[in-house]
Amino acid sequence: MMEAVETAPPVVPSRTGVWVGIAAITMSFAAYTSAMLVRESAAADWAHFHLPAILYWNTLVLLASSGTLEMARRRLALPEAAGAARAGQGLLAATLALGLLFVAGQVMAWRQLAAQGVYLATGPSASFFYVFTVLHALHLLGGVIGLVVTSARVRADGGTRALAALGSASVYWHFMAVLWVYLLVVLTIEV
Amino acid sequence: MDQPSAPMPPGMRETAALIHKLKLEPPQSFLRKYVFSLDHKVIGKQYLDLALVAVVTGMVLSWFMRFHLAFPKSTVPLLSTLAPKSAADGLMTPEMYLALMTMHGTIMVFFVLTTAPFAGFGNYVLPIQVGAEDMAFPRFNMMSFWVTFTAFLVLVAAFFVPDGPPISGWTAYAPLSAIGKDAGPGMGTGQTLWAISIALFCVGQLLGALNFIATTLDLRAKGMTLARLPFSTWAWFITSVIGLIAFSVLFPALVLLILDRVAGTSFFIPAGLVVSDKLQPHSGGSPMLWQHLFWFFGHPEVYIAILPGFGIISHILPAFLRKPLLGPRVLIACMAAIALLSYTVWGHHMFLSGMNPVSATLFSVPTLIITIPATITTLLWIGSIYGARIRLTTAALFCLGFVSVFVSGGISGFFLAQPSIDTYLHGTYFVVGHFHFVMAVAAIFGIFAGTYFWFPKMYGKMMNETLGKWHFFLTFIGVYCIFMPMHYLGLAGNVRRYSAFTDDYMQGSLPLHRFITFAALFTGAAQLLFLLNLVYSRLKGPPAPVNPWEATSLEWTVPSPPPLDNFGGAHPEVFHGPNEYGVKGSSGDFVMQNSPEKVAGE
Repeated sequence: MMEAVETAPPVVPSRTGVWVGIAAITMSFAAYTSAMLVRESAAADWAHFHLPAILYWNTLVLLASSGTLEMARRRLALPEAAGAARAGQGLLAATLALGLLFVAGQVMAWRQLAAQGVYLATGPSASFFYVFTVLHALHLLGGVIGLVVTSARVRADGGTRALAALGSASVYWHFMAVLWVYLLVVLTIEV
Repeated sequence: MDQPSAPMPPGMRETAALIHKLKLEPPQSFLRKYVFSLDHKVIGKQYLDLALVAVVTGMVLSWFMRFHLAFPKSTVPLLSTLAPKSAADGLMTPEMYLALMTMHGTIMVFFVLTTAPFAGFGNYVLPIQVGAEDMAFPRFNMMSFWVTFTAFLVLVAAFFVPDGPPISGWTAYAPLSAIGKDAGPGMGTGQTLWAISIALFCVGQLLGALNFIATTLDLRAKGMTLARLPFSTWAWFITSVIGLIAFSVLFPALVLLILDRVAGTSFFIPAGLVVSDKLQPHSGGSPMLWQHLFWFFGHPEVYIAILPGFGIISHILPAFLRKPLLGPRVLIACMAAIALLSYTVWGHHMFLSGMNPVSATLFSVPTLIITIPATITTLLWIGSIYGARIRLTTAALFCLGFVSVFVSGGISGFFLAQPSIDTYLHGTYFVVGHFHFVMAVAAIFGIFAGTYFWFPKMYGKMMNETLGKWHFFLTFIGVYCIFMPMHYLGLAGNVRRYSAFTDDYMQGSLPLHRFITFAALFTGAAQLLFLLNLVYSRLKGPPAPVNPWEATSLEWTVPSPPPLDNFGGAHPEVFHGPNEYGVKGSSGDFVMQNSPEKVAGE
C-alpha cells in the first residue's frame, strides 16, 4: 500500500456538505430542464408568454445580495478593525433583506401572471415556469435559514469555525444566484 | 483500549466540538437515547430494524402472490381475514394481485435493498472504519432515518385507504400512474401516497448520501489515506455518489408526477386519452418522459442495492480466507467504473417502449460493457479463494453464496442486454428470475453476510454458528429452487405480471409454478432460523471479544459494542491498508490497520 503522504488541506465538513448539496440541486434542475425539452417537443401545445418584467429587477436584487454578502464576510474576517464586526453584521442583515425582497418580487411575478390568467396548469410552458421559480424560491429560503443560523453563530463567537460555517452558507447563497441566472436564461429562451 | 492518541486532522475539528459535547454528555432520556438519537450506531440499527420489518412485510406479500399463481382457483389462506372487503370470499382478484406486486416491489427495492446494505450497515460501520467519532452531520443523519421511516408509514398507509394500494408496479409507469382513480382501484389515494412516500424516501437518502460523502472525505483518522480505506467504506462512498445523482433525478420526476395527479398539469399525460370511458382533461404530455426519468434513477438504483454488497463481501472474504484480496485497487476502480457506467444504460429497460432501434443499440453497448468490471470483481473474489485456508463461518458462506447468485443472475443479463433477445424475454419470467438473483438475492446475501459478521460488534454477543449454517444452506438451496426455474418459464414464454394462468396455453407451466411456490414458502420458513438466531444470540449468545474474526479494520479495535464516541476519547492513527492478511504480524497472520509495526513488502 501507498506510504501515507497526508498533507491534508483544512477541509471543513460543512463546506463539503454544501458542495454535495449543490451537486444534488444541480442534478435535479438538470432533470427538470431535460424534462422541459422533452415535453416541449412531445406535442404542439407549447405556448409562449411574456415573462413579467419584475423578474429582471429581482435578478438584480439577488445579485446585489451576493455582493453585500461578500462585503459582509470581508469585514467579519477582520475582527480587530474598529467597527468592522458591526458593519459586517449590518451587511449580513442587508443580504437577508435583499434575499427576502427577491422572494417577495417572485411572488409579485406569480400574481401578475395569475392576473393574466396564466396558472400552473394553463399550459406546459406555464407549468415549467412555476415549477422552476417556486422550487428555486424554496431552495433560496433554505439559504436564508442557513445565513440566519451561521450569522448568529458569528455574532455569538467570531472564531474561525463560525466564519467557516458562514463561508459554507455563502457558497450556497452564491449558487442560488447562479442557479437563478441559469433558470432565467432558460425561461427567457423557452417560455 | 490503549490507542495511540494522534493529533486530530484539521477536517475533524469543525464537527468534533459538537460531537464531543454530545458524547461527553450522553443522552439520558429514552427518547434521546433510542428514538431521536444522533449516534450513528443507533441510527444504523434503526435502519436495519426498519429493513427487517419491511422485508418480512414484502415477503409475506410475495407468499400471497405465489399461492395464487400456484392455485389460481382456490381461496388464499388468511386473505379474507386480512382483506375482509376486497376479498370477502378469500379469492384474489387480478387487481389485488397487482396491488400486492406493486407493494412487494416498492417495499423491497426501497425499504429493504436500499436501507439495509447502504443506510443500515453504512451508518453503523463507516464512521468507525474511517476512525471518526460520528457522521459529519449527526442531525441530518437522524433526519435521514426519520424521513425514511415516515416514507415507509406513508407507503404502508396505502393498505388502509378505501381503494387500497396502487396497481401500477414499483415503476409506476405514466400515464397509468398519473391520471388518478379512473385508472383503476388504488390509483387514486393509493398512488398519491406511493408518490409522496417515494419523494420522502429520496429526501431521506439524499441526506444520508450527504453524510456518507462528507464523513469519508473529511473525518478520516490520521494516516487513513483513501488507499487505506476498507473496501466496504469505498463501496458505501461510491454508492453515496450514485445515490446522490440518482435520487436527485427521481425526486423531480415525482414532483412532476404529483403535479399531474393533483394540480391538473400535463407532464406525462398525452392529449385525447380515454380511460374508463372518460376523456382525460390533459394535453400533450409524454409518458416516455416518465420512463426516462424513472430509469435514469432506476438503473443506478440497482447498483445502489448491490455495490454495498460488493464492499461487504470484499471486506469480509479476506478475513476468512486469511489472505489478501487480489487486486485491491482494481476492485475499487471496477466499483467506480460501474458507478460511472450505471448512468449510461437506463434505456435497456425501455427496449419495448417504442424506442428507436439505433437508440436501443446505443444503450445495449454500455450494458454489455458494464458487465466487464462486474466480471473482473467476480474473478478477483474467486481468484482470491485459490490457495486459501478458508474458515467456513456463516459469514464466509454467505459471501460465497453472494458470488454464486450474483454470477447466476448476472449471466442472464448478457441475454437481456441485447434488444433482439430482450424483445422476446422482456415481458416474461426470465426477467423476474434475472433481477431477483442479481439484485435482490445477491443484496440479501450481502446483508446476511454483514449481519453474521458485524452482529458481534453491534450487540456484543456471538451469533450461533450451527443455526447460521442451517440458515445458509436452506436459503441457498431455496433461492435456486425459486428463481432458477423462472428462467425456464420465461424461455417457454410465460408472461410476467399476470395474476393467474387458468384458461390458456400456460396451463402446462402450473406444476412448475407450484414447485416455485412451495420453494418460496420453504425458503421463507427457513428465515425463521435467522430470526430465531437474532433473538437467541442477543439474549444467550456468548460474549463477543473485541476482534472475533481476527480482522484488520478499525471497528475491530474497539470494544463490542463500541462506546458512545467509538474510540473512547482516543484518536486512532492508521499505518496500513485493510488488506494485510497472510503476513507475519505481532498478532498472528494479520496486521491491524492501527498497528505501528512494519510489514515486509509494504
